[in-house]
Amino acid sequence: MTRLRILIAALALLASTAAFAETTIKIGIQDDPDFLDPARSRTYASRLVFTALCDKLVDVAPDLTFVPQLATAWTWSADNKVLTMTLRDGVTFHDGEPFDAAAVKFNLDRSRTLPESLRKSEIASIVSVDVVDAKTVAINLKQPDATLIAQLSDRAGMMLAPKASTGDVGAKPVCSGPYKFLQRVQQDRIALTRFDGYWNRAAYHFDKVVFLPIPDTSVRLANLRAGDLDIIERVAPTDIKTVKDDKSLHVFNNPGLGFSFITFNVANGDRAKTPIGQDKRIRKAFELAIDRSAINDVVFEGLYTPSNQPFPPTSPFVDKSFALPARDVAKSQALLAAAGVKTPLDVELTVSNSPITQQVGQIIQAMAGEAGFNVKLVATEFATLLSQQQTGRFQASMQYWSGRPGPDGNIHQFLTCKGSQNDSHYCNPKLDDLLNTARTTTDLAQRKALYAQALPILADDMPSIDLYFEPRLIVMQNKIKGFVPNPDGLIRLKDVEAKP
Amino acid sequence: MTMIETVSPILFRPRSTSRALQKFLGNKGAMIGAGILIVFALAAIFAPWIAPYNPIKTNFLVIRKPPSALFWLGTDELGRDLLSRLIWGARGSLVAGGISVAIAMAIGVPLGLLAGYFGGKLDALISRIVDALLSCPFLVLAIALGAFLGPSLINAMIAIGLSAMPIFARLTRGQVLSIRHEDYLEGARAIGLPDRWIIARYVLPNILSPLVVQAALTIASAILAEASLSFLGLGQQPPYPSWGSMLNAARNFMEQAPWMSLAPGAAIYITVLSFNLLGDGLSDALDPKSQH
Amino acid sequence: MIAFIARRLVGAIPTLILISLFVFTLQKLLPGDPILAMAGEERDPAVIALLHEKYHLDQPIPIQYIRWVGGLLQGDFGMSLRTEQPVTTLVASKLPVTLELAALALIIALAIGIPAGIIAALRKGTALDYGANIVALSGISIPHFWLGILLIMLFSVKLKWLPASGFVPLFDDPVQNFKTLILPAFVVGVGLAGTLMRHTRGAMLSVLGTDYVRTARAKGLMPRSVVLKHAFRNALMPIVTLTTLLFGEMLGGAVLTEQVFSIPGFGKMIVDAVFNRDYAVVQGVVLCVAVGFVLLNLLADVLYRVINPRLRTAS
Repeated sequence: MTRLRILIAALALLASTAAFAETTIKIGIQDDPDFLDPARSRTYASRLVFTALCDKLVDVAPDLTFVPQLATAWTWSADNKVLTMTLRDGVTFHDGEPFDAAAVKFNLDRSRTLPESLRKSEIASIVSVDVVDAKTVAINLKQPDATLIAQLSDRAGMMLAPKASTGDVGAKPVCSGPYKFLQRVQQDRIALTRFDGYWNRAAYHFDKVVFLPIPDTSVRLANLRAGDLDIIERVAPTDIKTVKDDKSLHVFNNPGLGFSFITFNVANGDRAKTPIGQDKRIRKAFELAIDRSAINDVVFEGLYTPSNQPFPPTSPFVDKSFALPARDVAKSQALLAAAGVKTPLDVELTVSNSPITQQVGQIIQAMAGEAGFNVKLVATEFATLLSQQQTGRFQASMQYWSGRPGPDGNIHQFLTCKGSQNDSHYCNPKLDDLLNTARTTTDLAQRKALYAQALPILADDMPSIDLYFEPRLIVMQNKIKGFVPNPDGLIRLKDVEAKP
Repeated sequence: MTMIETVSPILFRPRSTSRALQKFLGNKGAMIGAGILIVFALAAIFAPWIAPYNPIKTNFLVIRKPPSALFWLGTDELGRDLLSRLIWGARGSLVAGGISVAIAMAIGVPLGLLAGYFGGKLDALISRIVDALLSCPFLVLAIALGAFLGPSLINAMIAIGLSAMPIFARLTRGQVLSIRHEDYLEGARAIGLPDRWIIARYVLPNILSPLVVQAALTIASAILAEASLSFLGLGQQPPYPSWGSMLNAARNFMEQAPWMSLAPGAAIYITVLSFNLLGDGLSDALDPKSQH
Repeated sequence: MIAFIARRLVGAIPTLILISLFVFTLQKLLPGDPILAMAGEERDPAVIALLHEKYHLDQPIPIQYIRWVGGLLQGDFGMSLRTEQPVTTLVASKLPVTLELAALALIIALAIGIPAGIIAALRKGTALDYGANIVALSGISIPHFWLGILLIMLFSVKLKWLPASGFVPLFDDPVQNFKTLILPAFVVGVGLAGTLMRHTRGAMLSVLGTDYVRTARAKGLMPRSVVLKHAFRNALMPIVTLTTLLFGEMLGGAVLTEQVFSIPGFGKMIVDAVFNRDYAVVQGVVLCVAVGFVLLNLLADVLYRVINPRLRTAS
């Protein structure tokens, strides 16, 4: 027995010296990322990995302004149709290839023309990319595009090494970020190792970064508490109390970009032909029956931000004068009576099968029930849900959007007549005009005014009900210092280090 | 008929019904199991009158409260009374367990009997089908059925039943093989008894015991499988309770509100225990070999 | 015996064809389109059409099936729609993990279940019997998820004896491998032990009541050798059936246990594949499990013959 103990102690010692020699940070993430190819990736999980792996032209600061990363400066032409970017000196890709204007052109062209690219519509305004000199690139647009910088701060702006990226990128991406790709075991881990040629190498303190997909929130937390992980993201609000009681852990609770909303099917096929699909008074009645703050208190421990607009609480586009409507059951009932429907009115609400969404669904069911709605919850798994929504096999559906820093990416594709994610088939030409104009308007005050005009139209037509914004709850070991949270929830490892 | 009467004394015959019943009634464990199950069944039937609260009525003022004089088993994540949900949930869960096992046995046992008794081509064919079903993942089967028939508790039971069926078929076949050459069967065949007589009167009673054991065990997995299906939106639909879906909801609150998982967990455990006690009594009473 | 095994292996080919057809059709009937999810938040119709074409999902289902089988015959299982990794690579990386977990769990289950079943049968109706039953049935009724989290809380968070996750392959570091697998193997094992115990007990009871055991006892043989040589040998049949079935089921992966302990096995892969409608992965894994079942069935039939020599002469 003692011999066994000695053996174990020796092994532990061995393990700890090994850890001293090489520092590793382990990050528990919720989902397994998809393709690690910026042009093809579609998941938030892959963005978490890209943050350490691939630098972008532009980065997003915690205050949602855009700051230099690979581009050190940028200017717009007078007609706002040419964006000229100055590129950082002394940057190389993980395979040693230098980063220059030709590489930017290669990447933007790749995102625009690769058949499988999911970035096409994000940078659809680009007509051509010109290499002005090695460190200057000019991006020519069809029309002014106020969203372009925001797009270049995400996957469309990530730079791959041109020579290494002609074939299959996803299996072994070669970028220019602080860490380079080491190994991936699907559904188990993605390991990155420090890139010694990084232009800002001194700001990164770990030799290795390992991302471990652990879908269950309580399991993720248990791993952190057991010391097997250093950082976890998307912690359940109900676990925050437990975390705060644990002296060895530290919580970052930062307002986030992701939000939940209910979409009504107003014109997508036969299932739109319901009272709630056809009569906006009934949809308004539904909204008035819901108490967003109560949902926040009951399910999210008051940590979420109830909202009736698709703009994150930190965004300059939030219209403060457009107040959150209070729950009003009497008014809701009056609207239902005015619409002349027989109560209780049957409404089918499709929800995803996550326990949290179902909990929210049941609260809405109970609240709407008091106003005269008979809500039937239809819990559906994700793949089925997606195709049902697209083909219009729903009456009302709870949806979630991971959110974008700019306003356009939270509203245009959902609510314009031809929007790619407009499952409701809602169409109001007046709103289309406003949102399309806002896209091409670069002046902040003018854009704000345009969105401020759009909100009342939406509140009147009520094609969807915005519910709440989700904070980015990140928990880490106390010894991890220097982390700066960002509304996008991505974990930037710059200046982060382990100090016991 | 008369011939059977004359040869039967030399064979293992099931004891007469009354003696089996007598033995069964004399089994203390079986009686306790049956008693508990009857109580649960009555609770399920009379739920509207017994349950202290409405099982789907939310109350946001009493979210996740521990057991108290007001709420004997505490409340859940939406402030609903757990005791009331447990009583109503008995309906879904007991029926789900019972029906799934009934489906599994009704299909699996005859298939296993045919395969084991007749052997040859029939055995080959049945074994192939059973193998195919065995290697098909439960989830694929369940989602596909849910998609065809629509999500509901009944369809969840069908999916659970179908996926539990191969076990019964394989078990039955193996048992039949093991007794196929016993003297009493050879004897019965030698005197020219029709096959269905032999199967019904001599084969089935002699292999029933492991099947009853398995049936009692399958009820447990069926009740738990309903939990994973309701998690996928394929079982009991919210807000209506089943023990499985209650356990599922409790998963996220194991530390903050352990009573949420204890109540349905204990209910499932007691049910499983009772079914197994009952099963023991039944297989004792039915087993012709243990009559001496 | 060799001829018998050979015959059975040849006979397994139609089974595999049947299974491949069955799974292929079944999953094509599932609602949902994998490409819709792959097309991302943009859902560009051009991309959707292109991906359908790339993966031949635009072709009639029989053609898709023939194409897939054609690939199989050349050793090509297709590739994952979600990450474009070859299915063979995925299976090769997860199969050893699943086999190891299944084997460990089964060892635990057999070590607990069979002795407990025998003792319960011999002491039928005593407190020992009831105690063993109650323990066995709790093993069956406790949800894996619940027990898993509880064990992590105890051994990883409180006592810090074992890691909560961080699986390493057996050949990289056997000690660490064992440390990460022992808790999940225990969780799966106690459930199986319960089932095995109940069946062993039942089988022993029905054998103990028969003539030959009573004869053996009458001949003055020691009770212990009666139990082991005569009774247990004859009770083995259902236990063998069950053990091979349980092992086969574990090939499909212990989904929830893998999830709780972050073990990269078949279960997690197949569930994700079903949810993502990652057809090639589902098909590949199911086929793999099917081959496993065929081999296990064969093993069961061979064992039947070893245990019960009379079967050999019969067929």
